[in-house]
Amino acid sequence: MESKILSEHYDNPEFRGLAGYKRLGGYEMLAKALKMDRQKIIDEVKASGLRGRGGAGFPTGVKWGFLPNNGEPRYLLCNADESEPGTFKDRKMIERAPHQLIEGMIISAFALGVHKSYVYMRGEYVGPGKILRQAIDEAYAAGLLGKNILGSGYDLDLDLYMGAGAYICGEETGMISSLEGLKGQPKLKPPFPAVQGYLRKPTIVNNVETLAAVVTIIRDGAAGYRKYGTEKSAGTKLFSVSGNINKPGTYEVPLGYPLKDFIENECGGLKPGRKLKAVVPGGSSAPVLTVDEANRATLDYESLASLGSMLGSGAIIVIDDSNCMVDVLSTITHFYWHESCGQCTPCREGTGWLHKIVDSIIHGQGNPGDVDLLVKVADQMKGRTICALSDAAALPVISFVTKFRDEFEFFIKEGRSKVTGKGPTHAQMHH
Amino acid sequence: MFQLSEEGKEFVKKQLARYEQKESAIIPSLYRVQDENNGWVSPEAVDHLSQLMDIPTARIQEVLKFYTMFNTEPRGKYHVQVCTTLSCGMLGGRELCSTLMKEHGVHKHGEVSKDGKFSFSHVECLGSCDTAPVMQINREPYLESLTEEKALKILKDLK
Repeated sequence: MESKILSEHYDNPEFRGLAGYKRLGGYEMLAKALKMDRQKIIDEVKASGLRGRGGAGFPTGVKWGFLPNNGEPRYLLCNADESEPGTFKDRKMIERAPHQLIEGMIISAFALGVHKSYVYMRGEYVGPGKILRQAIDEAYAAGLLGKNILGSGYDLDLDLYMGAGAYICGEETGMISSLEGLKGQPKLKPPFPAVQGYLRKPTIVNNVETLAAVVTIIRDGAAGYRKYGTEKSAGTKLFSVSGNINKPGTYEVPLGYPLKDFIENECGGLKPGRKLKAVVPGGSSAPVLTVDEANRATLDYESLASLGSMLGSGAIIVIDDSNCMVDVLSTITHFYWHESCGQCTPCREGTGWLHKIVDSIIHGQGNPGDVDLLVKVADQMKGRTICALSDAAALPVISFVTKFRDEFEFFIKEGRSKVTGKGPTHAQMHH
Repeated sequence: MFQLSEEGKEFVKKQLARYEQKESAIIPSLYRVQDENNGWVSPEAVDHLSQLMDIPTARIQEVLKFYTMFNTEPRGKYHVQVCTTLSCGMLGGRELCSTLMKEHGVHKHGEVSKDGKFSFSHVECLGSCDTAPVMQINREPYLESLTEEKALKILKDLK
């Protein structure tokens, strides 16, 4: 089934520059949108069923509808902080189609009555940052940004802001704090950013892929977009696939696609002689799936939620039978411990405990009862903090130790991995 | 006593006028300081920036300490940051970092090699999991699909 409505031209190097992008139909939808009624654009996005592609899956049109009409200046921020472990689809899009993002942002900003917009990009994305900067400059030079865009009378300024290394800046209020020159600590909601965001003004924060999808919705209409996907998970999505897989990379498939087929057919399956052991379906925050669960899963919000996990950012990490699950989990617990912003006690202390307990097991110093202790600590981190990082740290831990309990118990008892037979290694010690 | 170059001062002034509020200029200005100060931000550099920007040192310090890409201690000429999260962790990122450190006689993360050329650290997911394992040197584009052999050669070829 041909479903590359977003990424059709991503393999064509021409698509990266303004001239090539235009030759392949780029910015035609901007011209169309600028002649449309603003409310009609918002209605079309709402009707398309597009949901936030950054991880939370909140309906984009509904989010847009929260902007008050109070005459205050308002802002559109594009979230290019992409830091959820396993996720790299936004980077690939920006590298291959920077103008698609810019076009989506101009259309969205026009619909929302925004005149100033930022792309907030993670600081490590030096290469993609240069590509996007160049594309923004090209767009200004061609009259696609700035004053009186394409003679429509509409003005928009767009700037790129580089972060400096903090996962939490992908959380929308953390991102706003960071852009305001503060530590990237999230803020209590409500008020939601749509009401009080950047500089305490109404602000919409949308993911890179979400904004680019707006171009395809203007092109195909809400009905055209809904030809793909399911009733509640409409359209297509970009998936980042990595781990023990033959063809890692970014893939666009309609939502609702069976995970098993996706791994075996689209992504070339596993290495010869290896068996599937587990799949992380939506970035490291998403609870891990067993083989049985993975075989039943389809790639949409509802199916993965029904299996106790989530679609998240669409980052699929394939784990084969050569991996020790204690070791895999240790990279995840280290991550959340390092990335907790520190303002809420359950998260600051909890992520530290999870990291230290898992590491003590890895170092051959586990205690009987550690598995239950991990679950107990993780349980107390859920739903008690300003943002979702605490839950994101707790959920994978509970899933790993519950579904692969035997591997954890073995490591605690024997001081070595049940899978690899190895004890603590020098490399792991560096944590 | 650290001072930004004239171009550096001009850059900071531009950043102060670029955003809706001047504090947004702290991150880009810290990058500039780090680039001009051998890869780290010293306490003197913070004082200098504070005067230049008319922002209290404490406000600059809190930003400096919060973000991992700012170094508050001296680093090697080439600060090698190896991704070790999840996919990179599964595909040899940690072992790779150990090998590189051993080759250059460095025992701890952040420690600078005797010739001043290298320092190393584990970093969290760089967002390039399809080309794991991955590393980033200073603030340059990623080095991808690494093997120990390939990474050792990359470092060897750095002057």
